Amino acid sequence: MDAASVIATLQPLVPGASYEVGKSVDFATVYVPVDKLVETCQALRDTPSLAFNVLVEVTAADYLPREPRFEVVYHLLSVPNRLRLRLKVRTSVGASVPTVQGVWRSAGWLERETWDMFGIVFDGHPDLRRLLMPEDWDGHPARKDYPVQIRKTAQTYEPLEVTEAEFKANIERDRVKRTH
Amino acid sequence: MTVNMGPQHPSTHGVLRLVLELDGEVIKSAMPTIGYLHTGIEKTAEQKKWQQVIPLVERMDYLGAQSNSLAYALCVEKLLGLEMPQRVKDIRVLMAELQRISSHLIWLGTHGLEVGAVSMLFYCVRERELLMNINELIAGFRFFPSYIRIGGLREDLPRGFHETVTAFLERFPTKIDEFEGLLTKNDVYRRRTENVGVLTLEEAFDWGLVGPIARASGSEYDVRKYFPYCGYETYDFTVPTAIEGDVYARYRVRIAEMRQSVSLCTQALARISPTGVWACDDSRVVPPPKDKVYSEMEALIQHFLIYSQGFTVPAGDAYVPVEGPRGEHGCYVVSDGTNRPWRVKMRAPSFMAIQALPYIVREGLIADVVAVIGSTDVVMGDCDR
Repeated sequence: MDAASVIATLQPLVPGASYEVGKSVDFATVYVPVDKLVETCQALRDTPSLAFNVLVEVTAADYLPREPRFEVVYHLLSVPNRLRLRLKVRTSVGASVPTVQGVWRSAGWLERETWDMFGIVFDGHPDLRRLLMPEDWDGHPARKDYPVQIRKTAQTYEPLEVTEAEFKANIERDRVKRTH
Repeated sequence: MTVNMGPQHPSTHGVLRLVLELDGEVIKSAMPTIGYLHTGIEKTAEQKKWQQVIPLVERMDYLGAQSNSLAYALCVEKLLGLEMPQRVKDIRVLMAELQRISSHLIWLGTHGLEVGAVSMLFYCVRERELLMNINELIAGFRFFPSYIRIGGLREDLPRGFHETVTAFLERFPTKIDEFEGLLTKNDVYRRRTENVGVLTLEEAFDWGLVGPIARASGSEYDVRKYFPYCGYETYDFTVPTAIEGDVYARYRVRIAEMRQSVSLCTQALARISPTGVWACDDSRVVPPPKDKVYSEMEALIQHFLIYSQGFTVPAGDAYVPVEGPRGEHGCYVVSDGTNRPWRVKMRAPSFMAIQALPYIVREGLIADVVAVIGSTDVVMGDCDR
């Protein structure tokens, strides 16, 4: 199934969306407008002739200095129809992309990693924290303007200090729990 | 009670950390923390030339190294529009299947070890040693042979290759029987694994799990059958499945996969001639033969250019999946038309498995967590990259 027929199937299901055919060498690529992303994904999953039931991958690519700078890339797989599809969404630094976690649960960590690496904000994501990088890391390493071959001093933490009172309170709290 | 499991725990396959919220022995919630093995390989790859990325991607999934390099090489070859000679395809199939057996052996050994069958590890590592020897034979490196290259293979097969692989393939099926004799009907093992960590097919797909985990829940999806590459469509093999979706079903699927891999290896080996072409004839990517380099000016220039500047890849992007030992290993590559990749992203099956882990172990017992982690066959290098 090529991109044009995917778009032809989608157009009546998602009114008002303007899709674009992307250039590709492997399988169909469709550019999706950011405001219609969730509706599009829902339609892609629920229409029997498409039935993209697996979200294989979410990632992004940074095309600095082009504007809009990022392309978020979704790779979909339809097991019943033996199809693959690539969705692309253009976005830039200040903007955000809606989360598709409501459509496929696997989007959770994939979007979290994309945020971690590129700083692309996913609207409505319940848990947008650092995933691969340490929690207090500065910057988003996969961006093209992020420096490479730099040395950073290792982060150290103060040892956890518990006062005697806190320690005793802890023990007491546990003891109460154990009685029931 | 909150319990920290890992990152230094023998059953967490490296450095996975799980924060378990317990009520007695029942798990109320689990929160995986990953990233301890994040080495920024994808970012490093952007600084390298195309061919130099091969050793890097092999170090992601260190147990299924050649699946990574195969996915990457196929992906770049797709952008370049290269078609491999039949012999190269067959050798790649052979390498990928040997790698699958090797990875499944480590899985079986560690999984057995974790649920109490300690001797499994010794038996499995003994067989894996023979596979390591085959790697050493073809590349001089036991773990990461970097044998699969863009445009073909590194060099021709060494002398004695057929004999070594044949000896392994003749010996190995009886060893699988031995493994099965130890576990398949073992009452203790079955009690630890049956109806533990059950996942239905819809849930598996929803969590992005394809590969052995989904096949143990009734899926028939296998990249080798659905989107054949390297000529898998010309081989005679079946995709083992089970419907229970529990730890025991995953065990049975992987054991059956090893048997299929042996059959695939035997078929591939019969097709491969001891000597012959080991790369395609595209002079952009493959350096000319050494005797020409010494006698022809153009060949010398080409040789020099390939080794100093590398080659360029047409602008565009491609995603190529291969069926790795853990599921769909995919490689997404973006090229801007220069001699270095613009972006390399590996789709990591372990990453998806760990994401689904809290869901699989919910309301289970703490002892089952160990069995479930083992059954998902996660490799932290693959997960963290």
